[in-house]
Amino acid sequence: MNTSRRNFLKVAGLSAFALTSGMAALGGTAQAQIAPGRYEKGAKALTAKRWAMVIDTRKFNGPEDYKPLIEACHKVHNVPDIPTDQNIKWFWLDKYQHVFPDDMNPHLNERTKKASFPLLCNHCTNPPCVRVCPTQATYKMADGIIAMDYHRCIGCRFCMAGCPYGARSFNFVDPRKYLPAEAPNPAYPTRMIGVVEKCTFCAERLAEGKMPACVEASGGKILFGDLEDPNSTVRQALAANFSIRRKPNLGTQPGVYYLI
Amino acid sequence: MYNAKAVIAGIVIFVVLASSPFWLGYRGKNYTSTGVVLPKDEKSCIEDTEFMRAQHMRLLNEWRDEALRNENRVYVSAKDGRKWTISLQNTCVKCHNNYQEFCEKCHVANSVYPYCWTCHIIPTEGK
Repeated sequence: MNTSRRNFLKVAGLSAFALTSGMAALGGTAQAQIAPGRYEKGAKALTAKRWAMVIDTRKFNGPEDYKPLIEACHKVHNVPDIPTDQNIKWFWLDKYQHVFPDDMNPHLNERTKKASFPLLCNHCTNPPCVRVCPTQATYKMADGIIAMDYHRCIGCRFCMAGCPYGARSFNFVDPRKYLPAEAPNPAYPTRMIGVVEKCTFCAERLAEGKMPACVEASGGKILFGDLEDPNSTVRQALAANFSIRRKPNLGTQPGVYYLI
Repeated sequence: MYNAKAVIAGIVIFVVLASSPFWLGYRGKNYTSTGVVLPKDEKSCIEDTEFMRAQHMRLLNEWRDEALRNENRVYVSAKDGRKWTISLQNTCVKCHNNYQEFCEKCHVANSVYPYCWTCHIIPTEGK
C-alpha cells in the first residue's frame, strides 16, 4: 500500500484522538458502587459552608472553668488520659506565650500573662497536615472540617511534623489501657496503637444535629457556626469584638478564633 | 521411549497428586454451615442475605468512605427503602450483638482475622 506521508499523519492523528477521548470518558466515570442502595445525608444533620469556632476567653476565669469542657470532649470521644509526655490531646490548655508566640511582649498585663487558653485543632483553610499525609488518611471536607480516617493512617507522623499548632497526638501505646474497662462512650470507637488522632470538630455530633461537645458544655462561652453566613452567631461575634487567631503569619487560616 | 517405565509411572504419580484435592474433596465431608446464629429480634438485614454474605466487607468499606469523607451517613436500602444510619458500632452490631456466635463463627472457619475491634467497641451482650 502506498500512502503519502500527509495521509498517514492524518489517520494517525485521528486515531490518537479517538483513543484518548475514549480513555478520558472512561476515566471520568465514577468507581462502581458496591451497595445496591443509595446514600444520603442525615435529616437532622447540621450543615455549613465553613464551620468555625469563636472562643470568648474573657468569660473564662482560670483553668478550672475549662475543666468541664475538656471532660465533656474526652468522654464523648473516649480520649485517654496518659500521665506521661505521650498523652493524647484533643482539647487542652496552655499559656498565652505558647498559644500566641507572635503576639508576645514582656509587658503584657498580668491577667493575660497568667490566663490559660484552650487549644484544639484549628481546622485550617490551608491545612499543612492534609498536604503532607501520604495516604489521605487526613483530609478536608466540604464544610471545612479537617477529618481523619484512622483505617488509613499508617502512623508516619508527617502530619504531626506539619501541624504548626501541635494539635495532633500519636498513640505510642494502646489507648484502651488508659480507659476504663467499659469505654466512657460506647457509641464512639477508640483508637489503636500506631495511629495519629486529633479533634474532629465533632463531625459525628453535627451529623446528628448536635453542637460539638465543648460548645455544648461551655454554656454559650464558645460559639460555633457557619463562617460564610453573615447572620451566624460566629460572624456576629467576630463583627462585634476584636479577635485573634493562632500564628496567622503562617497562612494556614485557622477556623478557631479567640476573643481576648 | 527412553526409560518409558519410569517416565510413565512419574506422570501417573504427578497426575494423581495434582488432582488429589478434587477427588479427596469428593470423599470428604459435605459442606456444612458454619453455624452462625442470626439475630433473634430483627428479621431483615439492610440488603438480602446473599449480598451481605458475599459483600459485607466491601459494603463496610464503602459505608466508611461515604460517612467519613462525603458526610453521607444514611443508607437507603434497595431492598425495602428502609433508612439505616451508617455505623458499624451503632447499627450493624445493634442487631448482630453476639460476636462469638455471628462474626467469629465464619471468620474463624475461613481463617479471616479482621481487626475491627481494636478501635470499634465489640458487642458485649454475647460475651
